Amino acid sequence: MKRLDAFKVTIYIILAVICFAMVFPLIPLIFAAFKDHTEFYDSGPLAPPKNWFNFHNFEIAWSQGDLAHAFFNTGILLSVSLVGTILIGTMTAYAIDRFDFRGKKAVVWAFLCATLVPGVTTQVATFQIISKLNLYNTRWSAILLYTGTDIISIYIFLQFMQSIPKALDESARIDGAGHFTIYFRIILPLLRPAIATVVIIKGIAYYNDFYTAYLYMPDPNLGTVSTSLYRFIGPFSASWQVICAATLLVIIPTIVVFLALQKFIYKGLSAGAVK
Amino acid sequence: MFKEKNKRKVIPWLYLVLPIGLLGLLIYLPVINMFRYSVTNWDGIDPVRKFIGLRNYDQIFHNPDIWHSLFNSVYYFGASIVQIGLALFLATVLSYGFRGFNVFKGFLVYPFLLNSVAVALVFRYLFQGPGITSSAGGLDWLLQHIGLGHFITQWTGNSSVINYSLAGVSVWRYMGFNLILFLGSIQSINPELFEAAQLDRANRWHQFRYIILPGIRRITALSLILAVSGSIAVFEIPFIVAGGANGSSTFVIETQRIAFNEGRVGYASALAVVLLGIVLLVTFVQRTIFKDEQVDLV
Repeated sequence: MKRLDAFKVTIYIILAVICFAMVFPLIPLIFAAFKDHTEFYDSGPLAPPKNWFNFHNFEIAWSQGDLAHAFFNTGILLSVSLVGTILIGTMTAYAIDRFDFRGKKAVVWAFLCATLVPGVTTQVATFQIISKLNLYNTRWSAILLYTGTDIISIYIFLQFMQSIPKALDESARIDGAGHFTIYFRIILPLLRPAIATVVIIKGIAYYNDFYTAYLYMPDPNLGTVSTSLYRFIGPFSASWQVICAATLLVIIPTIVVFLALQKFIYKGLSAGAVK
Repeated sequence: MFKEKNKRKVIPWLYLVLPIGLLGLLIYLPVINMFRYSVTNWDGIDPVRKFIGLRNYDQIFHNPDIWHSLFNSVYYFGASIVQIGLALFLATVLSYGFRGFNVFKGFLVYPFLLNSVAVALVFRYLFQGPGITSSAGGLDWLLQHIGLGHFITQWTGNSSVINYSLAGVSVWRYMGFNLILFLGSIQSINPELFEAAQLDRANRWHQFRYIILPGIRRITALSLILAVSGSIAVFEIPFIVAGGANGSSTFVIETQRIAFNEGRVGYASALAVVLLGIVLLVTFVQRTIFKDEQVDLV
């Protein structure tokens, strides 16, 4: 028999209490999502639903609340922006890491200084530019803002590219490959782990972003997961069990992705923050 | 050979044209325009922008609503300090790597990954009093059942409580991020240091004090910078959970409202310039303070 380690036990108890606090806020919402109107009104918030297979609220949220459409819209934004961000990030990193040219220092500085400007401070003026480009209330507004202001991805690609030996480029060049072939056929495939990191952290960021879509795409037809969920607040405020179901529908994909990619997510988060 | 060399000087620009163009268009041009608008009385539509000098800035200094919203950052900054302390403690504990710690880690981090509107709605429902249902929401229920019923209040309806409630949401949501950063940097400390400490019979506190703490200085500095600029630029939580009502409005919410609801782009730009100035100042001060703090352990 091992001696009961008091230190270990204390730690487990503290962790359990804190984890309970992290999970608790979701429990009433999960319960409510499966309750019908009267049950929702009469039962307490921590009373489990009578019928765990009552998906009525989810059906209403999916069809009447237009969540189906919202997932479609977010899917489009997500895929186009990810491709854009990967192309722009890798191109920038390729030019900076693989070439020597006049003005290189200035270019690096321009990107570095831009990280000092929090996006939320400049929207008053950015808004005018987006409307002058006639992109207000179009998907391109969000796509452009996501891909054009993403310096973290450039940084991640740059870090990773430095570990790809330059000798590879050289030997390819001797074999007659042009700069584009080297970028597209050699560098890009080798960057796959960095691309995976960017896809994970940016994918989560785009899926969760509320602000950009709220400000630039008020058209309900362009509603993303975030803005469509936000629009539940008015019309469904008399039936909060539907709002709860909608919220749960938005949360579930994140939880699934988190469970599947936990390790990569942890890695990606630290890679994206440490500049 | 000479030609080839020249070509290699032009090629990178082919790859940089688009990224730099977008950077200029979407970050630098807005910053410049913001300064230009801020000295006018522009409404965002009128083709004529009338120059009014520094009057917008003068107005900011005499507007108590703005100062109040700026003061609200203090709640979120306090929350970030709690958050960083908690994350540091939990990261240290988790780094012992006892059985089942990965599961705990998952529970601590997942809120950071959730959709911001979903988080806001979770707490709107959790904070509610009796009204949409016959009984009160989950938080009141919990307090009643653990004997803290006398603490029950209107979590978002009471203007002297609301900012604490919202700052609490902020801790819940963002603590996992700090935790991941700390854990990553603790794990990158040379394990031989811990082995040597164990041979020297250093206890856990000494290991924390003399190995972990110096090893994570950089990440602590980074977290503090993010905490300050983050708490000045708070937007989503008070906006979606409470609509900025009951005294929970923040500087960014005020700026958005003035720019897009009241159409006073000139005035809002002046506010944005002030905000940018504060953020830059804070970042600069902290970078200078922490500049020489990069201790090399190995």
